Amino acid sequence: MLKVQGLSFYYHRDKEVLKDISFQLDRHDILCLLGPNGTGKTTMLRCLLSLNKIKNGTIEIDGVDFTKATVRERAEMVAYVPQATAMAFSYESFEVVLMGRIAHLPTGGKPTAKDKAIAYEVMEKLGITHLIHKDFNQMSGGEKQMILVARALVQQSRILVMDEPTANLDYSNQVKILQVIKDLAEEGYAILMASHFPNHAFLACNKVALMRDGVIMAQGNPEDIVTTENLTRLYQTPVCVTEAELNFKRSVTKVCVPVMG
Amino acid sequence: MVKLSGNKKYGLTIAILSCFIVGLFFVSFLIGRYSIHPRTVLDIFFSNYADIGEYWHDDLDIVVMQVRLPRIMLGILVGGALSVSGASYQTLFKNPMAAPDILGVSAGAGFGAALAMLWNSSWWQIQIFAFVFGLIAVTATYLIGSIFSRQEITVLILAGIVVSSFFQALLSIVKTLADTDTQLPSITFWLMGSLGKGTNESVLLMLPALGISLAILFIFRHHIDTLAAGEDVAATMGVNVRLMKMITVCCSTLMTVSAVSICGIIGWVGMVVPHISRMLTGSSFPRLIVTSFLVGGSFLLIIDNVVRGVKGVELPLGVLTALVGTPVFVILLSRVKKGWS
Repeated sequence: MLKVQGLSFYYHRDKEVLKDISFQLDRHDILCLLGPNGTGKTTMLRCLLSLNKIKNGTIEIDGVDFTKATVRERAEMVAYVPQATAMAFSYESFEVVLMGRIAHLPTGGKPTAKDKAIAYEVMEKLGITHLIHKDFNQMSGGEKQMILVARALVQQSRILVMDEPTANLDYSNQVKILQVIKDLAEEGYAILMASHFPNHAFLACNKVALMRDGVIMAQGNPEDIVTTENLTRLYQTPVCVTEAELNFKRSVTKVCVPVMG
Repeated sequence: MVKLSGNKKYGLTIAILSCFIVGLFFVSFLIGRYSIHPRTVLDIFFSNYADIGEYWHDDLDIVVMQVRLPRIMLGILVGGALSVSGASYQTLFKNPMAAPDILGVSAGAGFGAALAMLWNSSWWQIQIFAFVFGLIAVTATYLIGSIFSRQEITVLILAGIVVSSFFQALLSIVKTLADTDTQLPSITFWLMGSLGKGTNESVLLMLPALGISLAILFIFRHHIDTLAAGEDVAATMGVNVRLMKMITVCCSTLMTVSAVSICGIIGWVGMVVPHISRMLTGSSFPRLIVTSFLVGGSFLLIIDNVVRGVKGVELPLGVLTALVGTPVFVILLSRVKKGWS
């Protein structure tokens, strides 16, 4: 579905921020992009959203050159879930979700009953209809993130790009968001998420890419890629990938633990 | 069916505001040096359309149709224009403090207009000069603001103060060059802000610029609304951000300028009214422009009625809007601060 090949980007010609990035994302895929701070994860997401203009390489979606599409066509292909921040003014959360329909509105038109129905259905699916009339700025981080996911979904594109969807969330909200991401992938969405939690790769993702200094160090299946060796190299600090026994489920899961001193 | 809770309330609020402004429109005819019976005002008003025997003095006809009518119309149009312009700047810059006077647009437009007056230019030339310098001022404010920080609310305001001061300095130069007997008094009085100069012609001259700007803002109201979510986010939602920014700045500036070039610099309306409107019908831009226009029109008309009602001396309008606007703004600031973050 999404095919990135040889992508590179720089602000100044002599200092490349992203170098020769290639990967592929298909329906049902959840690709977790891991890497230390300032390594170019956000820059890459911005390139995929055409907020940054790529200098080399190609981005193809179903064989269509994404960089040549109009802003409206792009919005119909890829939706973005930013990190939850406050809006400048107090908006009702339903108004925020409805904003995602903008690409589908005719010029000068207003959201129709159909647009509102779509927004309501999406919120129903995410189980957040109780938030409909709440002030977005007054909501908790987890609730905000859910509203932003809803806003991206009403755009009705098939690829979701998420910038650290679990940042600043407690465990319960992290799990909620990850569950939503998993469900969406099952439905057929292709999802690319940047994250600072390698554990999430095991919990939810079927693909992982490790990025350092603007290069993808390794990519593939989390089982093979997220290893003690790779993570230690990625973060330049000792990280141990081990197995934890889930007593109540009688199963074993992999976990990543940073090691101190 | 899905309903926004605000929907019914919004319709009701707009209905009430509309009735209020229409009522205020007629009541305003009663205020002024000549006291005229309400019945006579209505009769004079409708005598143009219906067959009503003329039982009043000709002077009264002039007072109602040539003096009070344009002044009242200007009050509504200028108040509405400044308020919608302020609402647009606030949404565009995601900044609750933004307003035509704060961003330097008024000072720039004032300088442009004064410069044109210095050369005894025609009304059109004054408009064009005011528009060009208003646009230069807001662009300068935006650029200066973005050099230091794109996010900080205060930086944009500081940049606006700098740009305002710059144009006020230029304005002072224009004033020293102006003819002290004829040009200087008119420039000075005009700058203080007054609806008193309004004629029916100036209302007609203001209407096209105002009408076109309002129409364009209305057409793109939902697109402009998304800018409040952030420019990058708006772009990923399919909005041509650069175009929307240009449209919003041009339309807001044009509206401000059409007001400034007739009535001088009237501060605070553009900043305070959008906040009152948000408290009434919420932040959503499509609603905000309608509410702001009605509230702004009523607001300025009421203040101008006070100006006309005070016997003996005509206080400058700009002074009164500042006197009313500043405390209201402080109250609003303390009440809604949480919602801004």
